[in-house]
Amino acid sequence: MVALRAVARARPLPHAHAATGPHGGRFASIVDAIGHTPLVEIPRVCPNPDVRLYAKLEFLNPTGSVKDRIARYLIEDLERSGRLGPDSIIIEPTSGNTGIALAMIARRKGYRVAVVMPDNVTQERRRLLALYGAEIIDSPGERGSNGAIELAKYLVAKDPRFVMPYQYGNPANPRAHYETTAAEIIADCPEVDVFVSGLGTGGTLVGVGRRLREHNPEVRIIAAEPMPGEKVQGLRSLDEGFIPEVFEADALDGKFLVSTAESIQAVRDLLDREGIFAGVSSGGALAAAQRVAAGIERGTVVVLFADGGWKYVSEEIWTRDLEDGDLESLNLW
Amino acid sequence: MTAVRLPTVLRGHVGNAKEVDASGGTVAQLLDDIVARYPGLRDQLLTGEGKLNRFVNIYLNGQDIRYLQELATPVAPNDTVIVLPAMAGGC
Repeated sequence: MVALRAVARARPLPHAHAATGPHGGRFASIVDAIGHTPLVEIPRVCPNPDVRLYAKLEFLNPTGSVKDRIARYLIEDLERSGRLGPDSIIIEPTSGNTGIALAMIARRKGYRVAVVMPDNVTQERRRLLALYGAEIIDSPGERGSNGAIELAKYLVAKDPRFVMPYQYGNPANPRAHYETTAAEIIADCPEVDVFVSGLGTGGTLVGVGRRLREHNPEVRIIAAEPMPGEKVQGLRSLDEGFIPEVFEADALDGKFLVSTAESIQAVRDLLDREGIFAGVSSGGALAAAQRVAAGIERGTVVVLFADGGWKYVSEEIWTRDLEDGDLESLNLW
Repeated sequence: MTAVRLPTVLRGHVGNAKEVDASGGTVAQLLDDIVARYPGLRDQLLTGEGKLNRFVNIYLNGQDIRYLQELATPVAPNDTVIVLPAMAGGC
């Protein structure tokens, strides 16, 4: 006979730094842990002493980018619609981050994923995709994301197994930002006057913008748009130009063009002066936020940093010569 | 005169030049000057109603003119004007 000893339920121990505010949380899976990212003030890179500049650190999402948010919504949207069958392959055109996020969630849920990606993205993106079990289909690097979208649409039309959530046109994309990103910003910084983010699909700007304007109609929404390198402007005609279907021009109050060199310089300053290791598009968003801060008398600016610096180390972003012509051929956003 | 940088897809209309100089006090006047000299660019840049082609973006000193005063945006001689095609961003 085994003696059983009754053990009183242990009292919960206070957290080591409970006094510092809300933190962490307990979640059922890594997918549920998406979001809840911190807002960090970055005064050392703010050009205006009368402006409070905060960065939302989306690289603290599970796969290291803001795209975890929309990937979750896109896959859940596919599940609800009944479009996923036993032979289905989720396919998506992506420059990396959305593909990585989809691959992580698909892996966790047991789905197969293929990504169509320009062949000039960084090695880290390709390796992460492979680690998460995604199949990579290359599209011509000189045609950028336009080329990846075209190829993905072609493949979907050819093979019924392919199911494309299509971040560029799926309302689940901005909805993810309306329901999560914006809600977090309002909770942490209700006094926000200007929101700045990089422009990719436009989902972040549209979704966050819509919710922030409901909160305060005077909020300004500003985009940082990457200047495509000479070698990436591989359009044969302007008719090949592309405007994402989720993008609404009216969602913005301004759009700044930022070069790769400017973005990289900003992200280098960010590391040097604030100790934040962010990706190239974050540098572009920061450069735009700095222009905004310099142009207003006072206020509160929130800038979103979409990913971390890890995926850009192989391209020597922090050390290479910014006059290097090869910089223009890389797909860094 | 203001230097207007053109995207690679349009340079064939201007002898493969990366930039063309144009005169005018607004973006509309710059474009009028350019298409007068290079008529092949008219249908590329403008609609039949004279508005900016939706697949064309124009930036004045790094700001999209659609959020300034659109084609009526004032331009000074030393300003930077860049014309770019609409392209999908990285995602």
